[in-house]
Amino acid sequence: MAYTEQEVLAGLAEIVSEETGLPTDAVVAEKSFTDDLDIDSLSMMTIVTHAEDKFGVRIPDEEVKNLATVGDAVSFITGAQA
Amino acid sequence: MTSPREVVVTGLGATTPLGGDVASTWAAALAGQSGARTLENDWAERYEIPVTFAAQIKVKPEDVLPRPEIKRMDPSTQYAMIAAREAWADAGSPEVDGERLGAVVSSGIGGIWTTLEGWDTLKERGARRMLPMTVPMLMPNSPAAYVSLEFGAQAGAHALVSACASGAEAIGYGIDMIRAGRADVVVAGGTEATIHPMPIAAFAASRTLSLRNDDPQGASRPYDVDRDGFVIGEGAGIVVLESAEHAAARGARVYARIGGVGLSADAYHITSPDPEGRGQVAAMTRALAEAKVEARDVVHVNAHATSTKVGDLTETRSIRTVLGDDADHVLLSATKSMTGHLLGGAGALETIFTVKAVHERLAPPTINVAQPDPELQVPLVRDTPATLPAGDIAAINNSFGFGGHNVALVVTNA
Repeated sequence: MAYTEQEVLAGLAEIVSEETGLPTDAVVAEKSFTDDLDIDSLSMMTIVTHAEDKFGVRIPDEEVKNLATVGDAVSFITGAQA
Repeated sequence: MTSPREVVVTGLGATTPLGGDVASTWAAALAGQSGARTLENDWAERYEIPVTFAAQIKVKPEDVLPRPEIKRMDPSTQYAMIAAREAWADAGSPEVDGERLGAVVSSGIGGIWTTLEGWDTLKERGARRMLPMTVPMLMPNSPAAYVSLEFGAQAGAHALVSACASGAEAIGYGIDMIRAGRADVVVAGGTEATIHPMPIAAFAASRTLSLRNDDPQGASRPYDVDRDGFVIGEGAGIVVLESAEHAAARGARVYARIGGVGLSADAYHITSPDPEGRGQVAAMTRALAEAKVEARDVVHVNAHATSTKVGDLTETRSIRTVLGDDADHVLLSATKSMTGHLLGGAGALETIFTVKAVHERLAPPTINVAQPDPELQVPLVRDTPATLPAGDIAAINNSFGFGGHNVALVVTNA
């Protein structure tokens, strides 16, 4: 069963919160991973690894650089579901 | 006028099987409490491990550290950070230029939880599930690196490895950094987190662990005739070392001085101590000479004493060789009887015990000695603390490690 965009956002917010200590409600669609959430490349790859696991999708390394905002990631994950 | 190369201890921090900080650990040690417990897991049954107990850390890092730090640090680094923050605050958070501040934090084994969990992940779920933080978490210099990041220590971050002597060697190296003029303040110590089934099984295979499963609290019994091996422990001890001049200039509270660092290697056997104790004698002799302390001034020794048949007696013979008849007035404490053996954390925690003993003039007890080994050659503090004399006094902290590493530190009153 596919996750809705809202479910992906909520799940991703939990992953980002675990990794960064930020509250889940700070992880909203328009936030930039680097500029707003201060996430470095290792943390980003950690988030990607957990997100792949949680949502059962594959996020190729070359795609990660295109995921500037939380919304970009939500869109990609939602679309990548089988 | 104090010599600029004299090194003093101005901060202490620890998290141990006896407590989550120095005050609770020291109080429990003076009260003669054991930190050993039966493990609440099925490792022994599942893997046929002959040992079912250990001295686990008393306060879990999850109760102290923020969640992201728990996820980004191996337990060995988590323990070091808890102890380092306590030590730094205890020292009054000294104002020091980052280029004059060092970090020396050792582990005997390294990030073994991360290493083994990473291997489990790879085998069970493949490389795609390997977490990107795995390498910076498992590397044995991770505790030193995180401590340097925490306080901005730019004079150098080092992680000397010498098995169960690592924590003491780290403190010795920190002292050398200050003496050599490379730093004014150094955060130094040791940490270990190896209560995982693989290292327990491995130590059990080397026949060095106590098998007293029916009595965990009575299992670590250095110098007792019925001792049968050490009890694996975990935790960290960290001290803030400072040049006496720097400490005096900022009006810091000084616990004690560490004037002598004695190092040697047995070059005898990979695990057994040289039965003649030549390396141990050399380390203690060098440390006393460096501290300009005479045998008659030594009133207390915190022994390495892990509760093994051979090791405990070799050490007391070495102490007797170094101090001669002056060993008759030494009060010997084997605090591993209470804490278990913190491996790479042991030498640092026992340096803290030695500093506290000199500062408070109170030698901690050795518990579980129902019948002292008749070959024990030094007076032992048993069951309750013993008072150390007034005036100028000196104490030795011994730490020895697999591989034949010997470290002796000489602590004197401030």
